This record gives sequence, structure tokens and C-alpha cells, in this order.
Amino acid sequence: MYRIVHKRALNPTVVMMDIEAPLVARKAQAGQFIILRVDEDGERIPLTVAGVNADEGTVKIIFQLVGATTDALGRKSEGDSIQDFVGPLGRPTETEGLHKVCVVGGGVGCAIALPVAQKLHDLGCEVHTVIGFRSKDLLILEDEFRACSDRLTIMTDDGSYGRQGVITVPLKEAIEAGEAYDEVIAIGPLIMMKFVAATTKPYGIKTVVSMNPIMIDGTGMCGGCRLTVGGKTRFACVDGPEFDGHEVDFDGAMTRGGMYRDFERHAREAGCNLLKQEAN
Amino acid sequence: MAVKKNMSPKKNPMPVQDPEVRAHNFDEVALGYDEQTALDEAARCLNCKNPSCVTGCPVRVHIPEFIARTAEGDFEGAYQVIHQSSSLPAVCGRVCPQETQCESKCVRGIKGEPVGIGRLERFVADWHNTFASGTPVTPAPNGHRVAVVGSGPSGLTCAGDLAKAGYAVTVFEALHVAGGVLMYGIPEFRLPKRIVQKEVDTLKAMGVEIRTNVVIGRTVTVDELFEDGYEAVFIGSGAGLPNFMGIPGESLNGVYSANEFLTRSNLMKAYRDGSATPIMHAKHVAVVGGGNVAMDAARTARRLGAEKVYIVYRRSMDELPARREEVEHAMEEEIEFRLLTNPTEILGYHNPEDKRDPKNGFVTGIRCVRMELGEPDARGRRRPVTIPGSEFDLDVDCVVMSIGTSPNPLIKTTTEGLLVNDHGGIIVNEDGLTSREAVYAGGDAVTGAATVILAMGAGKTAAAAIDNFLKNK
Repeated sequence: MYRIVHKRALNPTVVMMDIEAPLVARKAQAGQFIILRVDEDGERIPLTVAGVNADEGTVKIIFQLVGATTDALGRKSEGDSIQDFVGPLGRPTETEGLHKVCVVGGGVGCAIALPVAQKLHDLGCEVHTVIGFRSKDLLILEDEFRACSDRLTIMTDDGSYGRQGVITVPLKEAIEAGEAYDEVIAIGPLIMMKFVAATTKPYGIKTVVSMNPIMIDGTGMCGGCRLTVGGKTRFACVDGPEFDGHEVDFDGAMTRGGMYRDFERHAREAGCNLLKQEAN
Repeated sequence: MAVKKNMSPKKNPMPVQDPEVRAHNFDEVALGYDEQTALDEAARCLNCKNPSCVTGCPVRVHIPEFIARTAEGDFEGAYQVIHQSSSLPAVCGRVCPQETQCESKCVRGIKGEPVGIGRLERFVADWHNTFASGTPVTPAPNGHRVAVVGSGPSGLTCAGDLAKAGYAVTVFEALHVAGGVLMYGIPEFRLPKRIVQKEVDTLKAMGVEIRTNVVIGRTVTVDELFEDGYEAVFIGSGAGLPNFMGIPGESLNGVYSANEFLTRSNLMKAYRDGSATPIMHAKHVAVVGGGNVAMDAARTARRLGAEKVYIVYRRSMDELPARREEVEHAMEEEIEFRLLTNPTEILGYHNPEDKRDPKNGFVTGIRCVRMELGEPDARGRRRPVTIPGSEFDLDVDCVVMSIGTSPNPLIKTTTEGLLVNDHGGIIVNEDGLTSREAVYAGGDAVTGAATVILAMGAGKTAAAAIDNFLKNK
């Protein structure tokens, strides 16, 4: 069992937890992920590492309440334990040789973009960050990003905070203005990463995206996390989760992401009905 | 005590669940001998002076000896004989291909059917698990520590043999439960999971420590195991990466690797109502491949409610690598065998008018060609050759690829000096020793996809070599 040492809501649907897992904390780096099960009969879900406290032996996870499993995890309190927590899985973000990078985060993807930005900042890299949300009340980690970014741009779809519009607008402006990025790292919804890759492609700027496909074991056994990259089948769990955004087949990944849409909706509704019963 | 020999040319049949009933449940298909049948079958063994059955067993179970005890009604004694050589008797009795191993060498098989060695082994192991009590006797600790990577058949066997010799053994398992392929791969209806856990519990009672949720190569490296004080390491990490054919349509929704399909059902219990893990309940399923795993996937699909299940295999029935009993059981469950047939493309739904059509990207069929057997290849197997113009489509909504696996690269890439062959299998000598001192390996991580018993044999060989190495260090 793995204890929840600390829990905090970042916005109404996004929760942050520090989980006691000393072996994982000793190794985990930005870009890697863990797999957890909330309880004995739970499903295995992958979550990207949002930070590590090696001294305390804890690993930080940040997740959105989007389905039955994340809802169940969100109902756990500080001091409770979860059944299983394994990692770190996948390959760490490659930072070697980078001097100037634009980190782009969308929604809850910002939770994963943050440790990447922090690592680059600590390595002495010039970090420009663009983060985007639907509206101000969904904004997360603003102070943390400010602390590790040489320049921070916040975008909201409805203009309730920062600039109004999508994250590709300031990215394109910066490139047009002559910012010479060694690399753009984009982490967020598939559609966002697809458009970031499309934005940088004409300029030939290397663009890395973090894929989060359906997965079971996370060690290269099941093949469920396969995606097409540069025309070849790759496994996100052992070859990724980060890939060259100009090579990833995003449309295929989006289709595969919808494999269990109906099941997930039903599972969540069942969960919500239980909640209602609990309230009565 | 003299036992009157039973000279019947036929084996006592294995009682099974009726095919029509079992095709709709996940309970065990074979029900096992009762005491009377076991006594009767055991009396068929002639207790040969030079028992060739033993040479057919990769872990060298003292077969005539355990059968003699069985015939005398000393079932616990029989179990102890098997347990000297095998750490997983209840598993082997169920999943070993006895017809190509011990039973293929039995003299009774010359003029009739061989002794039902596998069925007797299963009976004896189940009798022990039901009636015997008390913890297994283990020798005093010898002060040496050994790490075992992976808790599948090779790892559990290696751990069991080392524990019997007094070693302190820790088994590291990446998943949340021990057992490896016995838990995630082989279905409940062929190998009930409580039986696997019982065997694991026996090892724990012998002092073996099992640590789940540790991925060697990621959480801890092989070199760190030595730093932590382990004096030898056995790698039994299994096969890993599933193979795909490289034909169009393999990324469509509804295409699974057999590993994923079976893991969802077996390990994550997706076959149960209310499971948190989803699985597709397809109406028409094509399973590509002809091994035991393909049979398991096809029969699982049937139990999940499929009306039509095809086995698509490019060679003929004679070359089908699956265990005979599995093929027979599959046929009884009305799995349709499309032999000398090879897929060329998986077909999917695509609505150009509506990008949001929820059916977009899902499988609608599989295109195949007919094959014929041509000249023998280097291994003497006749090579299947495409018959031009023989394309045809099967309407299916799910395809399971069961065409083997490639060894997992995690340990290779994180262990300096560990040599692998062209297929990614770890290179070992006859003792299971790798290119690194004190690092041994066995099972699918070495051979690529093979059988449970071969993996157990490799675990046993390595355990003896590790014992020899550490004793003389």
C-alpha cells in the first residue's frame, strides 16, 4: 500500500497528491510516468510524474477527475493509502544540448509540463512557457511556472485571464519575432499537440510531444499503447512517452483514445449514482 | 503393497464441463480425476526399470515413483516426490504439453494410450492443496541472498529450488500480483488463478519473499541489486513486446495483441460484470495464430459472448503448434479453424461525410488469402505460399494478433555487458549463465515465446548453477 502524504485541489476538477513511494522517488525524472491502482479491484491507469521529493520519498501526481478511476482516487484523503503504485516507467525527457526551449502546456497537461520546465531551468536553459486553459477558474500552477520561466504567457479560451485565444498564437508570434528555439516541448490534449506540431513544422523546429495512450502493464508487455510514429508502430511505454511531434499520427491516436468511450461513460455514471446514494 | 496392474489400452478419460455450458462461463473446463479413477489410472504404469518418461520431462520429475505412491493410495507421498523436482505441480498437471514430453516416451503408448501422467500429477497436486496441512520443510538458511527477476514459471521454479537449498530469495515482480504469464496470460478456465496463488503461497511459506510493483531496469537496476547485497541474479522477465504483422489496419480499434486481450480478461478480470477494466465484447472475432495463446484468446472471446470465432492460421492442422487438448477443446466449443489462410489487411469503418461518426476507426473485417504448403524450409517445415487471386474477406469486429512476442528490452538496455542475440533474447550458456558474472537467465527472456515447462526447466538449471557458483565462491 502507498500512503497519500499530501493532497490539494488545484481547481474544481484537478487534484494534486504526494504519494509515499521511496523506490520510485529515488529514480523518477521529468517525462516519466507511473501506473497506479486505487483499490484491490481497480484498473491500472498511467499518470505522468508531476514532481518528486527524494528526501521525503514521495512522488507528486496531478490528475483531472475524468472517469470512474480518477473519481475514486479523488475521493481518497490525506493519510489514506492506494493499492498499487509502480514506476518510474518510460524514458525521461531528453534535455542534453538544449539552450533555449519553449514549453507549451494545455489544461491538466501543464502538470506534466511543469517538471520539464523546471528541469530545463535548473540546467541553465532559457525557458519560455505558454500555458493555456479554457477559463480562469481552471488555471493551475501559475506561480510555479513563473518561478522557472524566463517568459510566461497565459492564454484562456474565453479571455477571463491572460490573453484570449489558443496557445499556438503566441508560439507562432515568438517564432516569427525571431526567437530561436532549439526545441518546443508540448504537453496537453492530443488536438493541442497536433496543432503545436503543425505550427512549428514549417520552421523546422524540433517538437517533442508527450503521449498518454490507453495502457495496461506499462512495461512493454500488452502493446495496447501502440501508436504510429514515422509510419512505424511504437510502444509509448518503452519507446516513449515522448515522441517527435512531426512524426506522430495524431488522428490515429485520437481514434484509439476513443476505444472505450461508451464503457468509460457508463462506468462513470455508475460511480456517480453510487455517490448520490451515499448522499441520501 | 502389490498393486494389480491395469492393462486397459485406454487412458481414463478426463471429466470435462459440457462444451455448450462451458462456452458461456469461465470455470475450469477439465474437472480432474476422482480418487477411484486416479487409483485405476496409476495402476496402468508398469514402473519401468529405465523410465524413459522421466527423460521427456524438462524438470525430471520422478514419474514412476510418484505414480507408484499414487497407486498405493499414498497421495501425499506422491506429492512430495513431485515437489522434489517441481515447484508448481498443480500448474504443470494442467498446462504441460504431456503428449510431446513425458507421455510421448511412455511404453504403454506403443500399443495403446500412454499413462495419463499429467492427469495424475494434477490429481495429486490438487489432493495435496485440498487436504494437506503444515508448512513445507526448509533447510537452515545458508546466509546467501539471490534476487529473481520476474515471478513467472522460470522465476518461481528458480526461487523454489534455491529456497529448498537454504538461500534467502527475493522475487521482484513488475505487476501488482505474482505469477507472470500464469496470471495474465493463461485463462481461468484452463488454469484457475487460486491454484497459481496457492503455489505462490507455498513458496512464501518456504521463505521466498515476493515484492510486487518493482520493475527491474526501471525502479531498480540489476547492478543495484548487487549493491544491495544480492550475490546472484536470475532474470526470468518473460517475453514482452507483442509482435504485429505489419499489415494495414493494425492500429484500428478492435485490434488487440493476444497479450493485451488476455491481460484485460485474466489479470484485470474484465470478463466479470462490473470490472473496472474494459474489454470489447465482440460478436465476430478473428484470432491470428495457431499456438496455445491463440487457442486461449479464441476461447476467451467465445466466453465473452462472441457468436463466431475464427482461428486464422497460415499452415495446416499438422503444423498447428498448440497443445492437442486445447485444439480439441476449441473445436468442441465451435471455434472455426481457417487453416492455410493468411491475413493481408484489417478493414475498418470510415465515414467520409461525418468525422464524428462514433463507428469511425473500428474494425469491420479482415482480408485474407489462401495458402498452400510449398518446399520445406531450413527447419524442415513446409513453407506456406500464397495462392494468387484467392483473396476473401471475413466479417469481424475484433482481431486478436497472436503471432508471438519479442523479448522485453528494458533489462538489456539498463544492464551493461549483458549480451543478447539478433532476436533480443539474452544469451546464456548451458547453465543459464549470461555474459555477466553471477547473472543468470532463463525462460522466454532467453528463448522467445515457448512453454511454461521449458521455462521451468531453465529456472531449475539456473538454480543448480547458482547453487554451485555460490558454494564454491
